[in-house]
Amino acid sequence: MVPQIDKELHPILAQVSDPEIPVLSILEMGVVRSAQLINGVVQVVITPTYSGCPAMDVIGDDIKKILKENGYDATVKLVLSPAWTTDWITAKGRKALLDYGIAPPLEADADKDVLLGDKKLVGCPQCGSTNTKMVSQFGSTACKAFFQCEDCLEPFDYFKCLK
Amino acid sequence: MKNENLYNYILGVADNSLILGQRIGELCGHGPSLETDIACTNVSLDLFGQVRSYFQYAAEIAGEGKTEDDIAFLRREREYKNVLLVEQPNTDFAYTIVRQFLFDVYHLLFLQELQNSTDETLVAIAKKSIKEVSYHERFSSDWIKRLGDGTEVSNQKIQEAINNLWTYTDELFHQTGADKAMINSGVGVDVTTLKDAYYAKVNSVLEIATIAIPESKWFQKGGKEGVHTEHLGFMLSDMQYMQRTYPGMEW
Repeated sequence: MVPQIDKELHPILAQVSDPEIPVLSILEMGVVRSAQLINGVVQVVITPTYSGCPAMDVIGDDIKKILKENGYDATVKLVLSPAWTTDWITAKGRKALLDYGIAPPLEADADKDVLLGDKKLVGCPQCGSTNTKMVSQFGSTACKAFFQCEDCLEPFDYFKCLK
Repeated sequence: MKNENLYNYILGVADNSLILGQRIGELCGHGPSLETDIACTNVSLDLFGQVRSYFQYAAEIAGEGKTEDDIAFLRREREYKNVLLVEQPNTDFAYTIVRQFLFDVYHLLFLQELQNSTDETLVAIAKKSIKEVSYHERFSSDWIKRLGDGTEVSNQKIQEAINNLWTYTDELFHQTGADKAMINSGVGVDVTTLKDAYYAKVNSVLEIATIAIPESKWFQKGGKEGVHTEHLGFMLSDMQYMQRTYPGMEW
């Protein structure tokens, strides 16, 4: 699912970040599905990561604000289908997550193994060790689980796989 | 209203999530541990998010300037169509997690079927929600096993909660008038067909949890027709307070 984003809008939208994960732009996050200039108005379509994600309203407002600053009027539409998946987080986005201290999502099967089977596959964003344990399936936001590294003892968030 | 059956059908589906979301939301800051507190409020948030999608759609069908907030906050007790199970009080964590488990198993089966609806919006909501509800079901099943097969006390508490909430499970599979009309048009899910899979799944988890499956064949019903237990009224008075006191208020 490659988003349809007009070239000139790309650098503008890249400045909007997820308020709960400020290092990740909404483009790297994959929540912008399209952004096109149609009849003088930028029509942006975004999709929520989780249904109840409280960041969506803020993201919508931020998009309108930054486009306005760049001389564009914009409408923002929220669509549910096709449903967002963690596969849409770009490689750059995954790297940004890791650098920020959040372990990026594993593949679906591996994700199930770590969340249900107590397997040690999630790498600690601080020391890189996979000797980590899940503390809770639900973390600081809807999209994360809470982990701890058993080597460096640092607690950290793991971005859950969503497919 | 042009499509009253669809409107009522959506409310019937969404009210379960609304009322359960409110119930577990009550645990915010009161959960038995920080992790379970955060987990319960996360589940609550997911459910509210799903409810918003349903209610926005219902408001669109209702027309006349109705909003999702009107539907969520300004109905009377008899107008809520949720099953009795989800309005039962939190009592203790055993009741909270058993209620969650008994609903999650149903919820997941229901959403799997709703994906085959002829209504595009409902399909989109189902496909979105199912990913979230899979996590809910894992979470609650896990706790049932952990506590059921835990200490003598935790086993006893889960058993008691199962015994007392079991009577509310059969209502999940009752068909209402709106259900029937919507099944005929291909929009709705025939919940009667989910019953065997439901009890098979529930029983398999209870078995691992060393919890005895209740034998009682006597079940409560009424919520889907708006006839509720006394618990709902108290909850609504709390939930609706702001909208009733400051009509039309917005964040």
